[in-house]
Amino acid sequence: MLNGLQLGLLMFLLAAGLTLTFGIMDLVNLAHGSLYMMGAYFAWTLIGWTDSFVLGALLALPAAFLLGIVVEMVVARRLYARDHLDQVLATFGLILFFNELVRAVWGPAGQSIAVPPFLAHTIEIMPGMLYPAYRFALIVVGAAVAIILAWLVARTRVGMLIRAGASNRRMIAALGINIELLFTLVFGLGAAFAGLAGLMAAPISSVKIGMGDDILILAFVIIVIGGIGSIKGAFVAALVVGQIDIVGRAFLPDLLKTFLSANAASTAAPAISQVLVYIVMAGVLVWRPTGLFGQRS
Amino acid sequence: MTRILFGIATIAALAFGLQPAMAQQTIKIGFISTFSGPQAVIGEDMRRSVELAKEHLGGKMGGKPFEIIYEDDQFKPDVGKARSEKLVQQDKVNFVSGYIWSNVLLASLKTVVEEGDTILIGANAGPSQIAGDLCNKNFFSTSWQNDQTPMAMGEYLNQKGVKSLYVMAPNYAAGKDMAAGVKRTFKGKIVGEDYTKWPDGLDFSAELAKIGAVKPDGIFIFYPGAHGVQFLKQYAQSGLKGKIPLYQVFSIDAITLPQQGELALGTLGAQEWVNDLPNEQNKRYVADFKAKHKVYPSFYGAQSYDAIMLMASAADALKGDLSDKNKVRAELKKANFKSLRGGFKFNTNQFPIQNFYIQETVKDAEGMMTVKTIATAVKDGKDSFYEKCPMK
Repeated sequence: MLNGLQLGLLMFLLAAGLTLTFGIMDLVNLAHGSLYMMGAYFAWTLIGWTDSFVLGALLALPAAFLLGIVVEMVVARRLYARDHLDQVLATFGLILFFNELVRAVWGPAGQSIAVPPFLAHTIEIMPGMLYPAYRFALIVVGAAVAIILAWLVARTRVGMLIRAGASNRRMIAALGINIELLFTLVFGLGAAFAGLAGLMAAPISSVKIGMGDDILILAFVIIVIGGIGSIKGAFVAALVVGQIDIVGRAFLPDLLKTFLSANAASTAAPAISQVLVYIVMAGVLVWRPTGLFGQRS
Repeated sequence: MTRILFGIATIAALAFGLQPAMAQQTIKIGFISTFSGPQAVIGEDMRRSVELAKEHLGGKMGGKPFEIIYEDDQFKPDVGKARSEKLVQQDKVNFVSGYIWSNVLLASLKTVVEEGDTILIGANAGPSQIAGDLCNKNFFSTSWQNDQTPMAMGEYLNQKGVKSLYVMAPNYAAGKDMAAGVKRTFKGKIVGEDYTKWPDGLDFSAELAKIGAVKPDGIFIFYPGAHGVQFLKQYAQSGLKGKIPLYQVFSIDAITLPQQGELALGTLGAQEWVNDLPNEQNKRYVADFKAKHKVYPSFYGAQSYDAIMLMASAADALKGDLSDKNKVRAELKKANFKSLRGGFKFNTNQFPIQNFYIQETVKDAEGMMTVKTIATAVKDGKDSFYEKCPMK
C-alpha cells in the first residue's frame, strides 16, 4: 500500500506539471518527459559539483525552471494557436532534440545518482516490515508539492489568473494582464515539477536517455482519468494508478492461482497487471467522459 | 590550366582506374550494432573491440587490407534489416557481423544468409530458433545460445546447494528465455516468479517486498543495461542485500558497473568470458583495451573481437581469396583462431562448444569495479537445440 502511495505521488509530480501545460494551457507537450530527464541530468551534474544531494537537487529546480522558460519562448509559444496534431509533431521533435543533446553532452552511458546517506537506511514501519527511508521522503515531497500546488491554483491571485486565462485568454488579456508572461511562467513551473519528478526518481531508477518517455504515457493516463485541467483530479488519479499498479503486481498472481493453474496464472498475471491501468481508464471514460474531476468536455 | 587538367585526370583515375582495383584488394566487413539512443554504449564498446582486433591484426587478414563498415540498427528490427540489406547488396561485404538483439538478428537473418548468400557471424544475440530449426550454413556464432548462460547459473546453484529460488525477469521474449533457462537446470524449488513491465519498469518495490516475505535461499535476475542498475539500487534500498544473495545473468557487466558501483560488490553472475581468463590472447586484449579506454572491456566486446579473429583465421588459411564460399565456410568451421576464451569449437549448428564461468563482482587493485572468475559452472557446454538443426 505504501509502495502504491509512493509510486502514485511520484507520478503525481510528473502529472502535475503536465496538467498545468496540457490541462490548463491546452498544449499537448510530449516533451514533458524530456524535461523530466533534463531535471535528472541537471541534478546529477549539480550534485557532482556541490557534493551534496540536497544542494544539488535544490539548484536543479531553478535550472529546470529556466529551461522550461527557454523552451516556452523558443518553441511552445508558437504552438498555442495551432491544433493538437501540430503540437504533437513539434514536441515530438523536442524529444528527439533533447535525447541527442543529452547524448552529446553527457554521453550515451547514462549516470547514476546515489541515495543521500542520511536517507540510505530502512525504517521498520511494522515489526518485520522494512521500508526504504528514501521512498518515505518521496512520499513527503510528493504530498508537499500537492498541497503547495493546490494552494497556488485555488487560493492565490496568480492561480486565479491561470484558471481565468485557461478558460478565456483573450478576456484576460483585455483586462490588461500580461498573459504571455503568465503562460511562460506557468510553463516554467511545469518544467520545474517535471525536473523535480526526474531528480526524485533518479536514485531509485537510473539517469538515462529517454527515461521520461517511458512513463510519460502513464502521466497522460493519469490526467485523462483525473479530468483534464484538474489538479485535484491528477492527484487522486495518480494515487489510484499507483495502487492499481502495485496491487496488480503484488496480488494478482496469487489471486489468479486460486482458479487457474500455476503456469497459466504466472503467464496471465503480468499481462493483465500491465493493462489494468488502461482498463480502469476506459472504465472511467465510459462512466464519466470528462474524467473523475473534469469540467470541460 | 595544367592544374585543372591534372585535377581532372586524378579524379578520373580515382573514379575509373584505381577504385575497382582497390575494391578487389580489400576485404569488406559489415558490422551492425546499436550506435544511437541509450543502448549506444554497448555498440560503442563493440566498436572499440573491433578496432582493437583490427590493430592487433595490423589492419590485414590473409595478406590483404580490410575495412569495416559500421551500421546502426537503432535498436529496431526493421532498421537492422534495412541496414543489413544495404551492406549485402550495395557494399557487397564479405562478412556481416555484430547484432546485439535477438529480434534484430531474426529480422535480418534471411536477408543476409539466404537472399544475399553472405556469411553472418553473430557476435551476441543467440535466439534458440537459429540454433535449432533455422540454423544455416552461412550463420556462425561467437557468443552463445540465449538459454546457455542461465542454464550454467542453474548448474552452479545446484553445486552450491541452493534449495529455493525466486526468479525475476522482464516480461518479454528474452526475459522468459532466461527464466526458462535457469529453471531447466536448477533442481531446487522455484518459490516465486515475477515478470515485470518492460521496458518502462521503474519500480520493483512490490516484488522485493514479496521476496522479503517468502525468504528464498536466493534471487535470480535478468535485467540488462539500465534496468540492472535500477534493480541493484532498489535491492539495496529494500534491505534485502546481505540477507538474500543475488544471482544474475547479463545484469552486471563492464558497461553497467561504473553506474552500479559498490552496490554490485559480491554479486555472482554466469558468463562464458571473464576479463581475467588466463590465456595470452585475453591478457593482451584486456591490457590493451584498458590502456586505451581506461575501462574494462565487456563480454560484448570480447565476442566481437573473437568474431573478427575468426574471419581472419579463414582469410589467412585461404591467403585472402574469399571467392569460394564453400572453402570459406569450411575454414570458419575449424575455428582455428585463438579465442579470448581459451577453448572454443563449433558444434554442428555452428554455435560454440565452450565453458561457462561464475564470476564475482570485486574491486581491483586500483579501486575499479570489475568481475573475477571464481568457478567453472559448465565444461564444454553445448546448447540444447543443436539436435533440431538439420546440419550434421
